[in-house]
Amino acid sequence: MRAREAVKRSQNYPHVVMSYVGTDGYPVSLATHFKADIDRNSFEVGPLSVEMLPAQGQQVNLTFSHVRPVQGIGYDERRYINVYGPAAVSSDGLIVRAETATGWDEKEIPFFEYCERNVGRGLKYFEDVGSRPRLAAGWLFFIATRLPFLTATIIPILLGAAVAASHGFFSWGLLGLTLLGGSALHLGLNVANDVFDDMSGADPANVTPTPFSGGSRVIQYQLLSRRAMAMMSALLYAVGVAVGIYLAETRGSELYILGVAGILVSVAYTAPPFRLVNRGLGEAAVGLGFGPITTLGAYFVMAKEFSGEALFASLPVAIFIALVLYMNEVPDKAADSEVGKRTLVVRWSERAVVRAFSVAAATAYLILALGVTLRILPIYTLGMLVTIPMARSIVRDLNQHFDHPYNLMPAMQRNIGLHLFAGMLLVFGYVLEILI
Amino acid sequence: MLPSKVEEMLRLALVAELTVIDASGRPITYPLIPLYDGRIIYMTSSVLFSEKLRHIKGNPKVSVALTDQAAIPSEPFHRVTIQGDAIVVDDDLHSGWERLLPLWRAKEPVIDKFFKQRFGIPLFFERAVIEISPRRVFLFEEDPSESPKVFELAETA
Repeated sequence: MRAREAVKRSQNYPHVVMSYVGTDGYPVSLATHFKADIDRNSFEVGPLSVEMLPAQGQQVNLTFSHVRPVQGIGYDERRYINVYGPAAVSSDGLIVRAETATGWDEKEIPFFEYCERNVGRGLKYFEDVGSRPRLAAGWLFFIATRLPFLTATIIPILLGAAVAASHGFFSWGLLGLTLLGGSALHLGLNVANDVFDDMSGADPANVTPTPFSGGSRVIQYQLLSRRAMAMMSALLYAVGVAVGIYLAETRGSELYILGVAGILVSVAYTAPPFRLVNRGLGEAAVGLGFGPITTLGAYFVMAKEFSGEALFASLPVAIFIALVLYMNEVPDKAADSEVGKRTLVVRWSERAVVRAFSVAAATAYLILALGVTLRILPIYTLGMLVTIPMARSIVRDLNQHFDHPYNLMPAMQRNIGLHLFAGMLLVFGYVLEILI
Repeated sequence: MLPSKVEEMLRLALVAELTVIDASGRPITYPLIPLYDGRIIYMTSSVLFSEKLRHIKGNPKVSVALTDQAAIPSEPFHRVTIQGDAIVVDDDLHSGWERLLPLWRAKEPVIDKFFKQRFGIPLFFERAVIEISPRRVFLFEEDPSESPKVFELAETA
């Protein structure tokens, strides 16, 4: 912070804490009144008791600090300014010329970003004390794999199984195996994505990560090495592939086609030379993988044949999961742009990004309505329409908080919920179709 | 033993100003939550904001000022400065500081919510403990232009 800016901002504080080092070597800190002189870039501090004054010309630190107590929570509205300069001492006070200043205002730099900007300092401290950051193994797996995003796989699998069940094909065991294989592939992809984003520099360059964007950060925080992450990814892919081979051998070799397509899409999504996400094709890849491919795969496992209805039913789910990725790219826009990761959000203007979200979401609902009108989908799936207000609120917040990653977080969370609720309502529509 | 008024204020204060001395001899002040167990003043610092820890390791002489009336609901309100000697306890950055959670929780209940989700900001919860043994207290009962009451608690190091 510039010293002049600090002088100006100090006027928003009720008092100053003036500190200097006393003759016995201990810091002396006193709260007192002050007047900021913006023209002279200085402060008039006092009145002060004579015996508490610093020596003439001594370096002093002026601190302006604010918190707002909040009952039952603690406090918020944290901000402070530190100004340094020499003291010109008078009989009952001093004039301090502002030479340098530092500060933080959580309204300007949100707490999470403030933490992120200091990660380097934190890791250096660990290095100095000969230690490493730690996290319980369960939590480490949870964040390294980004486990909560598994709904992207679970929803289309349940949808494929529900469509198959409505056609008279269903097995709990096969559903469990499909979930296991699909989940392993998905988590393997998530971990691989972190490895490649670390190698490309996209995640290290990102100082505004959120729980929904910017990767899991386990490599940047030195909780796991890139090598360990690569091994975890390979292991998860191996489990997914093994389950896939078993299902293809027992249910039908057509699954190989879907399996290979799924793996190719997931690898090409993030890995060189394809890097679909860098070419603005990430949404299409994710939509395809977590929409038609997964839904059709789950249907085939149950029914040993493909289904046009399952394909149609997967389209709204594909759009909503693509929108999850799309919106999560918004906070990463600057970092992605910096490393040449040219996502759609990087390529398009803010206005175009918001408009495209609206159009895509509306298309998902139109596909549903069309499917029901053409009697492709059961009428009960129209329940998905209750999520329209949710989609509208996301568009509103996206428009309002586009440039404020941390203010956008609730809408990003709601966007993940939109995929989940819309998908579950589709599944529920099929369950009703079976039961009624 | 601190004067009872000062103890009361330490127990109530949501924020205090910790002043440390850097390698060049310059005082630097950090707003932090003061915790008090009746003997030692504790503060915790994430490794993310570890500059102060380095300064204390270089020079243990510190002061803790209680100055913000809005953040210290004590009546009558006085301003206090406590000088003391600090040590940094950082042998277990992951969980060593958790012994102070009950004192922290009493002032900032929301910390429990954050702590349960420590995986979200893992490095924030890698923390050192600053233990401050009070040596001298300045109690400003009146305006800062008046002389403070001074309490010598032990011989200054």
